[in-house]
Amino acid sequence: MNEQRKRIHPHKFTLWVALGSIVMMFAGLTSAYVVKRDAANWTTFSIPKAFWYSTVAILISSLTIQMSLKAFKDREMLRYRNLLTTTAVLGILFMLLQWIGFRQIWNTGVTLKGSGGGQFLYVIAGLHVVHVLGGVIALIVMFIKAFASKVRSYNSVPIEVMSTYWHFVDLLWIYLFIFFSLIK
Amino acid sequence: MSNEATLHGHPEVGAAHDAHHDDHGGHHHKETFITKYVFSQDHKMIAKQFLITGMIWAIIGGLMSVLFRLQLGYPDAHFQFLEDLLGSKWAKGGQIQPEFYYALVTMHGTILVFFVLTGGLSGTFANFLIPLQIGARDMASPMLNMLSYWFFLTASIVMMTSLFIETGPASGGWTSYPPLSALGDASEGSKTGMDLWIISMALFVVSSLLGGLNYISTVLNMRTKGMSMTRLPLTIWALFFTAILGVLSFPVLLSGFILLLFDRHGGTSFYLSDIFLATTGKALPNEGGSAILYQHLFWFLGHPEVYIIILPAMGLVSEVMSVNARKPIFGYIAMVGSMFAIAILAFLVWAHHMFVTGLNPFLGSVFVLLTLLIAVPSAIKVFNWLTTLWRGNIKFTPAMLFAIGFVSTFISGGLTGIFLGNSTLDIQLHDTYFVIAHFHIVMGVSGILGMFAGIYHWFPKMYGRYMNNTMAYIHFWITLIGAYLIFWPMHYEGLAGMPRRYLDYSNWISFNQFGGLNRFISTVAMIVFAIQLLFVFNFFYSIFKGRRVMTRNPYDSTTLEWTAPIRPGHGNWPGEIPEVHRWPYDYAKDGRDFIPQTEPLGSNESAH
Repeated sequence: MNEQRKRIHPHKFTLWVALGSIVMMFAGLTSAYVVKRDAANWTTFSIPKAFWYSTVAILISSLTIQMSLKAFKDREMLRYRNLLTTTAVLGILFMLLQWIGFRQIWNTGVTLKGSGGGQFLYVIAGLHVVHVLGGVIALIVMFIKAFASKVRSYNSVPIEVMSTYWHFVDLLWIYLFIFFSLIK
Repeated sequence: MSNEATLHGHPEVGAAHDAHHDDHGGHHHKETFITKYVFSQDHKMIAKQFLITGMIWAIIGGLMSVLFRLQLGYPDAHFQFLEDLLGSKWAKGGQIQPEFYYALVTMHGTILVFFVLTGGLSGTFANFLIPLQIGARDMASPMLNMLSYWFFLTASIVMMTSLFIETGPASGGWTSYPPLSALGDASEGSKTGMDLWIISMALFVVSSLLGGLNYISTVLNMRTKGMSMTRLPLTIWALFFTAILGVLSFPVLLSGFILLLFDRHGGTSFYLSDIFLATTGKALPNEGGSAILYQHLFWFLGHPEVYIIILPAMGLVSEVMSVNARKPIFGYIAMVGSMFAIAILAFLVWAHHMFVTGLNPFLGSVFVLLTLLIAVPSAIKVFNWLTTLWRGNIKFTPAMLFAIGFVSTFISGGLTGIFLGNSTLDIQLHDTYFVIAHFHIVMGVSGILGMFAGIYHWFPKMYGRYMNNTMAYIHFWITLIGAYLIFWPMHYEGLAGMPRRYLDYSNWISFNQFGGLNRFISTVAMIVFAIQLLFVFNFFYSIFKGRRVMTRNPYDSTTLEWTAPIRPGHGNWPGEIPEVHRWPYDYAKDGRDFIPQTEPLGSNESAH
């Protein structure tokens, strides 16, 4: 067992492999977008304002989860819980802003009919929101555990796994945002 | 979320189970029937669950092939029992109806490729062998591992349900190409059956991903002391590459399915353009989509998928062959290197399934080159197996026979791959029985022979009893000879241009010359299917009544799983996990028959 302790924790490693897997899914979808863009009848959409705000929200949430990880490691449990809550709230805010962004695009006449940039955006960014939702649910579970557990746990692996995942969905959105802004 | 749940899993597995191990039945005081046999987190039990679920699927999938072979062999006959059994919608007047025939071939492909040779094969042996052969108490995350099986079972139940709905299961081919799969009005099978197919496959993808993640991190992180990567048995290397292929290619398939779902129900037209539907007499409004896009996304998984099937079989065969030839595997590093090369090339050849889709001929020639390159690592592997057998002290156990059978079918099926990899030859051969013959021999039969080799070889480790050898030998010879008799003639049919997926060939002058041949193939197919039931009987009979295993290491094998107790408890080894000092293929070394991996190097001995 000692030998294993020196290596990266298996759960963290599993997460990294899982992230590779998620990357492949979005790589598949964005390459489909690129291929499709060169075909006839391509339609475009304009990036709504709400996406800029949502980008800010998710960037701040990355900061807060990093601070909550630090607070956990310093054993400042109150600060940890507060920052965890802030992160979850920012995550929910992000999803709301994405929804508003989708509505704004929808109102310009870009519906699910067709196969242009807008339809791809709904699918790809929608899938991203699903991944954020998964993160928010995990945050809520951690939040409940932080209050409910009778035995104090100072094992930082779960929160480290959580923060890595959260940074990942943040980065993924930044990538998608730049992708949709530049490649039209 | 699941990570937290299993956070405290390891120390428990390690500590609690060490102390309470017992040899007579492995009953643990904490284990109830439910936690031991149903919601088990023990990798060995999960492996058995995968195996038995896979076997049930294999019987169903095989039975479907018997049904459509009945149609192909005897297109004019009326089998009244079919109508009695299946009703007049599917088998009117005892004849298999076209819709039903397409549903049968679609489901046969889906079941065998995904549920038997991916879930059943990788699921069983990755779960069973990885912790036992690398010296780990369990997987990196036993919880995710359990979830992997339950997603697999849920996927199975959804797929099974689709067989019983009014409009029947999906019937657009195992590849589910749009527009047929995207338009509910296009055919009976494109209605609810197709939705259930997509849902089931999505669940299956999740199961594969959860399993694959675990296999990769277990192999990389949980090896016992001294077990460096170059001391891993080839089974583990093969399962490791398989898991990487799955983790990287299944998500792309999922993205293809998501777009397909939006086309079906969201009104998008990612895959649809300019379609007039004859069934409803309507022109569809969808514009701008590309059906070829789906094919790219599908085959980006679809091609690695065939290596996901064959790599585990290769690993099992390498191990079984070395043990039973009493010789080290020839070219261990070349074996690992060629599997690595196959894993890389797997991602670079998908468009060879699409040579006749109007692909740019220049692009086609690149894919031809990359496809033919696969012959190099494949040939290295074949030569290494043959040289492992060369002058070996061969023990012809059933597992060994299946392993040799695997090499035979892998060669004869692989050679026809060189024909099909050429984009020019593919114009003639595409979608003919030549393709059917090729992939059934090289992937289907080889995969299943490798799986049988693994089952016969590791059955004593799984259940603490032996399978019956006489039944096993009968099973082997009829299966191998039968497989060749079924698929060899199909090459001739394919070269003559006989297309696949047709219900009845008797109306074509060019093809009705094969009527007798088709009857012959169908007859053999039924015999071979029947003999598989003998295997099933042998398997279940031996679980309860087989000869008991009395020694820990019945094959005089070097690898770690044979140092564990005959019926290992959860945690695998009572006490310390053994330490590893040498590679796994020290057979016939320094005048000794075999030297276990756990034995330190002697003072005047050099590592292999």
